[in-house]
Amino acid sequence: MIINLSINGARRQLETEVYETLLTALRRAGYTGAKRVCESGECGACAVIVDGRAVDSCILLAVQAAGREVVTVEGLAQGDHLTALQEAFAGNGAIQCGFCIPGMIVAAANYMKTNPNPSEEDVRHVFVGNLCRCTGYVKPVEAVMQAAAQQRSGNGD
Amino acid sequence: MATDLQIVGSSQRKVDAAKLSTGRGTFTDDIFLPGLLYAKLLTSPHAHARIASIDTTPALDIPGVHAAISHRDVKRIPYTSAGQSWPEPSPYDQYILDNKVRFVGDYVAAVAAETPELAEEALERIRVEYQVLPPVLDMHDAMKPGAPTIHDEPESHGIFDVDRNLAAHIEVEVGNVHDGLEKAEVCTEADYFVQYQQHTCLEPHVTIAWLDEDGRLVLRTSTQIPYHCRRMVAFALDIPVRDVHVIKPRVGGGFGNKQEVVTEPLAAVLALKTRRPVKLEYSRREEFTIARMRHPQHLTMRLGARRDGSLTGVHMKVLTNTGAYGTHALTVTGNTGSKPLPLYRSPNIRFDADIVYTNLPISGAFRGYGAPQGFFALESAVDELAHELNLDPLEFRRANHIRKGDVDPVSAALAEGSAKKARVMRSNGLPECLDRGSAAIDWERKRRGGHPLVADEGPLVRGLGMCCLMQGSGVAGDELAAASIKMNEDASFTLHLGSADIGTGSDTTLGQIAAEILGVPLEKILVQSGDTDHVSFDYGAYASSTAYITGQCVLKAAEDARRQLADVAGRMLDEDPESLFFRDGKAASLRGRSVSLQEIIMECLYGEEKTLIMGRGTHATKESPPPFVAMFAEVEVDVELGTVRPIHVVTAIDIGKALNPAICEGQVEGAVTQALGYALTEEIVISPEGRVLNPSFMDYKIFCADDMPKLTTILVEDPEPTGPFGAKSVAEVAINGPAPAIANAVYDAVGVRLRSLPLTPDKVLRALGRM
Repeated sequence: MIINLSINGARRQLETEVYETLLTALRRAGYTGAKRVCESGECGACAVIVDGRAVDSCILLAVQAAGREVVTVEGLAQGDHLTALQEAFAGNGAIQCGFCIPGMIVAAANYMKTNPNPSEEDVRHVFVGNLCRCTGYVKPVEAVMQAAAQQRSGNGD
Repeated sequence: MATDLQIVGSSQRKVDAAKLSTGRGTFTDDIFLPGLLYAKLLTSPHAHARIASIDTTPALDIPGVHAAISHRDVKRIPYTSAGQSWPEPSPYDQYILDNKVRFVGDYVAAVAAETPELAEEALERIRVEYQVLPPVLDMHDAMKPGAPTIHDEPESHGIFDVDRNLAAHIEVEVGNVHDGLEKAEVCTEADYFVQYQQHTCLEPHVTIAWLDEDGRLVLRTSTQIPYHCRRMVAFALDIPVRDVHVIKPRVGGGFGNKQEVVTEPLAAVLALKTRRPVKLEYSRREEFTIARMRHPQHLTMRLGARRDGSLTGVHMKVLTNTGAYGTHALTVTGNTGSKPLPLYRSPNIRFDADIVYTNLPISGAFRGYGAPQGFFALESAVDELAHELNLDPLEFRRANHIRKGDVDPVSAALAEGSAKKARVMRSNGLPECLDRGSAAIDWERKRRGGHPLVADEGPLVRGLGMCCLMQGSGVAGDELAAASIKMNEDASFTLHLGSADIGTGSDTTLGQIAAEILGVPLEKILVQSGDTDHVSFDYGAYASSTAYITGQCVLKAAEDARRQLADVAGRMLDEDPESLFFRDGKAASLRGRSVSLQEIIMECLYGEEKTLIMGRGTHATKESPPPFVAMFAEVEVDVELGTVRPIHVVTAIDIGKALNPAICEGQVEGAVTQALGYALTEEIVISPEGRVLNPSFMDYKIFCADDMPKLTTILVEDPEPTGPFGAKSVAEVAINGPAPAIANAVYDAVGVRLRSLPLTPDKVLRALGRM
């Protein structure tokens, strides 16, 4: 079956099956930034934004995204111009293997829209849904704090 | 040299950071091949059984199913999945598919179909009759008379004692421990138990196999060891090495689990059989059941000392559970002894180990490689001994630890590679680590001392614990790597590396070394790595080897290229090539003459010179200098709930030289975090029938962002004369520390010794007599 939805601001049609997850449909359509890790909504590596909410696309059926606005990690940067958050991850040693990073960046980017002035504790709470086995979360949390500060001072995107 | 570095020693942004932050970094499964088939595995429901009969043909009746294979469809060639140098020091006791299953989850059959759903359906059609055998489900039973023999097949070889299920056995002694313990004025003896830990790489094992237009087998795979993988797959399938091409894209975490060749052989067989691309990807459940684990062990420590605190004898005895197969069996447990035992000066040291088969999940390589187990036992035991002697554990360690200039006698006795000569400590920043780490945790003021609890103290009690650690930098005498560098027309350089960046940042760190030598910014170095058709040979990413071993290759290759550049520049400037220095993209002389690299390369390629700039370097060494750590932990024990909450972990680490400080800190923070789970929450739970009961992140608890204590990382640099720019390794050593540091902190807080990991509330309450 075919569903209509918006992906990263553009109208798209996705071919899918009724039993298929949004993650599978997105990846097949070339949006491979969302990663397949646990397939049970435990790790956050497949996070995408659906109608303004960060969700685990591995536990959402593709048909449930019909008619909605989906933003993936590929939709955050403008061409080669990284967002302040992506710059902060890249520049602060926050990325090791990088497999969980798209999910972290999607979750943090969405959160910063509603809370531009997060505390470190807030950020750690946001990342509870994003498992990382490489970094110990130290530098990813620092990256979000730095990006948020930069955004508040008007230097971010 | 160290005072004037431009690129090395600074936290350069990782060369792959931009693509990984935007989701453009491609991992194995991020490509699309027309005609791709999906492979699925039929696995054993029994811990130990013979396959009496198997019929895969009904699966082929389903349209869209292209292959369904069992042991009858593959050549019977014993091999090991341990990705080590040839000949692998692990028994050849595995078969791509076998007529016997040795643990719940063992491979029985495999299918390849046009969709994952069809593949699942195909598995249900396969008919298997098992002849169930009695299993060995406790490592303590494995060697008992009458225990079932797990590897009774005649083709396997390299097993120490088949009839006793003994995969490997080790006995080494320096001096005479019996006499040493006799002479001791104070002795301690205790048993320690450590559990299965799973790596939980976020990217599962995944291989996509296909035949290229020349009929060669291409393996795009998530591996730490591209070159070993190529050799091992060729061996297991009995095809020429030249017909295998391994591509390692970005890798989503390895931690040792991808130093194993586990999905590649079967994916290769299915691709050869179907002549179509085949993807074999483990599910998360499969990662938790049939990938690899950290080896469980039972360790016995006996220590002897004089009243003055000097050691007279150290004896470590180990029983290791390798599970159903002996991958890394000998060498992991060898490192349980060889990494910790040199840490303290003792004239008498003994190490005994039995590594046994069981019908349980397969143990294998895991960051730390046996050392976390050994350090938990040694550093707990040393703490206990210090308390017996009424000495501050910090002072005891200060007085006894190995010094710069000391000879490490254990290294010769327990050598894994060809380095049979005892290692000399050429660098050792441990004294500085102890000073700075103890100050950062406020050791003098915050220790509680292990005193009995006082009634009105309340349920939350804090304490401090510590430990010292060391590791290696590569396998002494068993490493080889190469690098080559060529200069491009825009004065950039392409650096070809056989090493595997699996998230460690080695592409960046190694690029920094080249940039430093050539006097250019890191952006001018294009790093290409991990493709066996295009880059030079390398043993791969394991044993904390890459910065130390491949780093020297890059240094040599870049110096080679610089020499060639200097020859040309010398002629262009009419200067002695030896007198030129390279900086800011120029070759300059002391007299002030200079020429840009851009001018030099154009002269080389299109001027009178007609020559290429191509540097190469190879490196092998019998050295393996240890990085050192002093780790300190503050914990809070809830004596009513039994919970242990880590508050602060300080890691002071001597790595010789921080080539990229942010990357070094990240390695330490990640290692500490993995080990916090090992210390407190992570444990594979197995049913009485041998089945893993918690194969998901919901039931297997790794540390989340809000579980984290404060982490403080202090980089100490005592330059290692044999390392590139003075560097030695950083990736593994810190993972050995949190378990003993936290166990010692629990003792400091509440006065009880916990000798079994993980330190769960039930164990705490039992030790406190409250359960």
